[in-house]
Amino acid sequence: MAEFDERAVLKKVFSYILLILLAIIILAPFFIGIWTSFLPTMDIAKGNFFSTKISLDNYVAAFTKTPILRYLVNTLVISTITMIAQLIFCSMSAYAFVFLKFRFRKTIFTLFLITMMLPFEAEIIPNFATVKQMGLLDNYAVMIIPFLTSAFGTFMLRQAFMQTPSELKEASDIEGLNHFQFYWNIVLPYNKIGMITLGAYSFLGSWNQYLWPMLTTFSNNSRVIQNGLKQLQSEETFNDWGMIQASAAIIVIPTIIVLFIGQHYFKSGMNEGAVK
Amino acid sequence: MATVLTNISKQYDSEKTVLSDVNAEIQTGEFFVIVGPSGCGKSTLLRMIAGLTSITDGEISINDKVVNDMAPKDRNLTMVFQSYALFPFLSVWDNVAFGLKARKNTSQADIETRVNDALKMVSLEDLKDRKPRELSGGQRQRVALARAVASDAKICLMDEPLSNLDAQLRIKMRQEIYALQRKLGLTLIYVTHDQVEAMTMADHIMVLHDSKVQQIGTPAEIYKSPANEFVASFFGVPPINILPAISTEEGIVNANDDFTLKINQQVSVENFQVGIRPNELLIEEADELTANASVKTIEFLGDEKIVYAKMAHNDVEIAAIVDSNSQFKPYDNIKVSAKNNVLIFNSDGVNITKNSEDMVNA
Repeated sequence: MAEFDERAVLKKVFSYILLILLAIIILAPFFIGIWTSFLPTMDIAKGNFFSTKISLDNYVAAFTKTPILRYLVNTLVISTITMIAQLIFCSMSAYAFVFLKFRFRKTIFTLFLITMMLPFEAEIIPNFATVKQMGLLDNYAVMIIPFLTSAFGTFMLRQAFMQTPSELKEASDIEGLNHFQFYWNIVLPYNKIGMITLGAYSFLGSWNQYLWPMLTTFSNNSRVIQNGLKQLQSEETFNDWGMIQASAAIIVIPTIIVLFIGQHYFKSGMNEGAVK
Repeated sequence: MATVLTNISKQYDSEKTVLSDVNAEIQTGEFFVIVGPSGCGKSTLLRMIAGLTSITDGEISINDKVVNDMAPKDRNLTMVFQSYALFPFLSVWDNVAFGLKARKNTSQADIETRVNDALKMVSLEDLKDRKPRELSGGQRQRVALARAVASDAKICLMDEPLSNLDAQLRIKMRQEIYALQRKLGLTLIYVTHDQVEAMTMADHIMVLHDSKVQQIGTPAEIYKSPANEFVASFFGVPPINILPAISTEEGIVNANDDFTLKINQQVSVENFQVGIRPNELLIEEADELTANASVKTIEFLGDEKIVYAKMAHNDVEIAAIVDSNSQFKPYDNIKVSAKNNVLIFNSDGVNITKNSEDMVNA
C-alpha cells in the first residue's frame, strides 16, 4: 500500500478548488452570454435569467432579419485573405532576414522593429488619406491591402526560423536545394507551429478589427461583422438583446474553432529528432 | 582520381587563423580520418572540402578538378552530420529519398530501389514509415548513413557522426560504418576527436593540432613513429609518459634523474625527452631506499591495471599498465624502470628517434 500523504492530498484539493473558482469567474460571463442568446428578449429585459423558454428564435431572427450573413461572409473573406497573405509575406521576409546574407540586414530589420513601436491608431489618419486617394474606400481591398504583411509576423517568424538547425541548411546545400526549395520544403514544414500560430493570430486580428473598418466602410456590401454587430445595436430604439446576443455568439464561433484547431498543434515535441 | 588539398588555409579575420598550410592527398576509396583535439580546425577543413565554408587560400581538387568555387551540390559528395540533420517532418523513407528527389536526375523507380537498398543495408526496412522522433539515437544515425548510401556520390564526409551515441553503440556503429565503406568502395573522409575511432577505422590518419597538420600516416606509423610529442601523447590510452632526460654516457640515458635506460642511438642534443608507452614501463615494489616513485591511484580494468605514480623528482607523474593480479596500493613505494623501446623528442618536441626519422620526413 502506498503511503497516504494527507498534506499532499490537501494541497491538491485546495489548488483544484482555487482553479475551479477562477475558471468559474473567467468563464461565467461567456456562458451567461451563450445562455441568454437562447432566451426571449422580454425575459432578458426583465432580468429573468432562469427562464425556461429556451429556443433558437434569436438565431433565426439574426439570420433572417439582419444582414449578418453578409457581414460574416465579408469578414471571412477578408480575414482569410489577410491570413494567407501575412503567412506568405511574413515568412518570406523572415526567411530573408535569417538565411540570406545581404548588406544592411541588421539595419533593415531594426527599421522593421521600429514600425512595430508605432501603434496602429497613430497611423490611422495618414493611412486613411492614402486609401482615400487610391479610391479604395468601402471595398474589401481597403481592409486587406494595409494588412498584407506585418512587422510583428516577420519578427515572430524570424525568431522561429533562427531555431532551425543550421545543419538542415547545410544538408540542403549539399543536396543542391535552391533558396525557394529550402524555404518551401524545409523551413516551412519545420516551423509549422510558428506558421500556425501566426495564422491564428492574424486571422483573429483581422476578424476582430473594429476601428479601421468603421472608418473605411459604409455599406453592407463591405461591412465586417464587428461593425455589423454594433449596427444591430444602434439601429433600433428598442434593442433586441436576445438577437444581439445570438449574433455575438455566432461571431465568436469561428474564433473558438480557430483556437481549437491551433491548440491541437501547440504541442511541443513536433520537431524532435531533427538533431541529436 | 583523388581528393587533393594543396596549401589550404582558413582565416576568419586577419588575427584568427583556423588552418594554415594543409596539404594532403586522399586516395579514392580510402578511409581517411582527420583527428585532433576540439578547436583544431578539423570540422572547418571538412566543411571546406564540402564547400560549406569558403577557402581563404590554397586549392582543393577532386578528381583533378579544382572545386574551390564550386557549389556543394556540384562536388558530388554527401555528408553525415554530427547531429544527423534529419528532417523531422518526413518519414525515414522520405528522409533517405530527399536528396535523390531534390536532384531530380533520378527516375522515380530508380529512387525507390536505391532508397530500399540503402535502408536494407542499414537494416531499417521495418522502420521506414516512422518519423525521426520515434527512433533511438542509433537508428537516427543509421538513417543519416542510409542517406549517404542512397546517394550516388562516391565521396562521403562525416563530421563526428558517433559522438552523440553511448559507448557500446559507438563501437557497433563504428564497425557498421567501416563495413559499409568497404562494401561500397566509398571515399570516406571522417572527422573525429576520438583517437580510438581514428586508429580502428582509418587507412590514413591526419592529425591536426594548433591549426597545423602534425602528421599524416597509417595508424601503425602514427602510433609507432609519431612525428612529435603531441602526436605521441594524443594516441594511446593512457597517454605516453614523457620524461625529461639527459644522456650520461654512450647509449645510456638518465630519465628524470630517476632511472636509466639503454638506447641504441646517439643523441646529439643536450636537452631532450623520452617517451615511454605505459606498457613499456616496469614497476616493482621497493623499499624506501631503492624506490624512485610512489603510487597515487590504481585503475582496475579487468585484465590489467593502470598504476598512476608520482616520480621522486620534478613532480612528474607516470602511468603504467601492469598485470591485474599485481597488488599495488596507493602510497606504495615502487621502483620504476623501462624497457628500451622508447621514443626520443628534442626540446621542440620533434621526434628524433633514429629508426623513425624516415617516417617523420614523409
